[in-house]
Amino acid sequence: MLLMYLKVFLVGGLICFLGQLLIIKTNLTSARILVLFVCIGAVVEAFGLYEPIVNFAGAGATVPITGFGRSLAKGAIEAVKEKGILGVLTGGITATSGGITAAVIFAYIFALIFSSKTKKY
Amino acid sequence: MSKRLGSQTIVFQNSPKIIGNYTIVGQKEGNSNFKNYFDYILKNDLFGEKTYESAERKMLEHAILNAIDRAGLKTQDMDLLICGDLLNQIISSSFAAREFDVTYLGLYGACSTMAESLAVGSSFIDGGYFSKIACATCSHFSSAERQYRFPLELGNQRPPVSQWTVTGAGCTILSDSGSDKEIVNATFGKVTDFGITDVNNMGAAMAPAAMSTLIKHFEDTKTSPDDYDLILTGDLGKLGSEILMDLMENKGYKLKDNYNDCGQMIFNCNQKTYQGGSGCGCSAVILNSYVMQKMDEGVYKKVLFAATGALLSTLSSQQGNTIPGICHAVEIRRK
Amino acid sequence: MNSVERNKKYNQYVESKKPNTKNFPTLIYAYLVGGFICMIGQGIQDLLMKIFPAMTLEVASAWMLIILIFIASFLTGIGLYDRIGEFAGGGSIVPITGFSNSITSSAMEFKKEGIIFGLCVKMFSVAGPVIVNGLAISVVVGLIYLFL
Repeated sequence: MLLMYLKVFLVGGLICFLGQLLIIKTNLTSARILVLFVCIGAVVEAFGLYEPIVNFAGAGATVPITGFGRSLAKGAIEAVKEKGILGVLTGGITATSGGITAAVIFAYIFALIFSSKTKKY
Repeated sequence: MSKRLGSQTIVFQNSPKIIGNYTIVGQKEGNSNFKNYFDYILKNDLFGEKTYESAERKMLEHAILNAIDRAGLKTQDMDLLICGDLLNQIISSSFAAREFDVTYLGLYGACSTMAESLAVGSSFIDGGYFSKIACATCSHFSSAERQYRFPLELGNQRPPVSQWTVTGAGCTILSDSGSDKEIVNATFGKVTDFGITDVNNMGAAMAPAAMSTLIKHFEDTKTSPDDYDLILTGDLGKLGSEILMDLMENKGYKLKDNYNDCGQMIFNCNQKTYQGGSGCGCSAVILNSYVMQKMDEGVYKKVLFAATGALLSTLSSQQGNTIPGICHAVEIRRK
Repeated sequence: MNSVERNKKYNQYVESKKPNTKNFPTLIYAYLVGGFICMIGQGIQDLLMKIFPAMTLEVASAWMLIILIFIASFLTGIGLYDRIGEFAGGGSIVPITGFSNSITSSAMEFKKEGIIFGLCVKMFSVAGPVIVNGLAISVVVGLIYLFL
């Protein structure tokens, strides 16, 4: 149990660490980092290499945005097996629809309730 | 005596006098090194308005009204209002001017607008066309941030070369008589671009413009940096002013202790602004508070105020253009 | 010296002048905060599976992500997430919570320009490219599998 959490921490932290390293070294904006990591996740999944990381680290591999890329790729692959060419178009978004819709709806609700505030330090 | 020196400097024979100043700043600036010099510190950056853009407009109105009052004048005594800010179509300035029954000129020189407005206003007074002119600029961190950068609540880190847009407005009242502080000459700058593309590194983009204008000023007026009690550049920030000092030294002008930069001065090192302040408001609030009070006290008698601006837009930088810089200088003296 | 050469030289000079920031601590903060967010995710997932024994790992994982998205959206709303981000950088950008933050922060920021043209249009100003490129790559992966 504790070992599992240690693995989650180590792997999840490492992915974030790599993200921060990229930000520092290349001055990439956060949007570019997210795009890059989604693509990396999808490509790694396409080679069948993401599953072992998830089995090893659980949420450490699914919580980082690379896990979102993995779901997109995984969804596409499974849908292609089931539905053929239609799956190419439906698979990715079906697998991630929960996350995207949740993010949009919560953003909608909270944006109606709250307003952005000036940064103070 | 000729009214023009060299190619870029104009000399005022009926030197315009500075008869009133007012500054208003945000909370963060209210905790900075100059908190005791500012006239009004906002308790809330919204200033009772619904949006940051409205707050910026209201700050400008407030600064102009109170500066006119400080000068012992009424709004109807004013001949001309010269304003500028950072927002698209300089809405803060034009919308603030809507509230005044005074002729209005809007300027855009990015962060150099304070010096530009003083130079333009002084020309009108020297020419005898107008006798009372209000020159004002403003900027607001939150409105600039949402126009030029990211949403305020986005959890990203500011790059170490970045500067912090000052929330503040400053107004100077120029007149043909009535004070011992006067603007004696002005050097208009040329747009200078040394090929910087990093939008966060404005100091490096503007430093060459500052160098060009300062050197031109020294050449035209046959002075050297040592002749001034204070040489104050706009908002180059720490990095930018170090670059300027290097550039000037390469050209044979050494900037010493009498050189400083508004962006570098304004925030203290605990305020996490990295290279310091920027924005139209930055040089406006430092000039109209600290510098003017020190001149009144007699600490400074001869000040060269060279505000710098980066003339970029979000479109130009997204399209990969380099950042042009501009710098205008005015020399202020106390008799 | 022509201007191209001058600009190149100036850019090199500026590059050398740039401050050497203390990069090292932010890397550690990113690691710690990122790892911590993932541990919270794992905790939520385990808890869900304990409460609902019938739940499969896949469903629990999906719920866990939705709960994290909710938390991040809420923290953005009350103005805390940008402070975490200022401290942790990549540590709070890379997890799914950063994705949620980027949507909520844009939506909140542009609310003042109206619900439709402000909030709804600008909501994707940061996260849009993530969804667009994510979908594009899923189509590419699907196509490759189709022809394999």
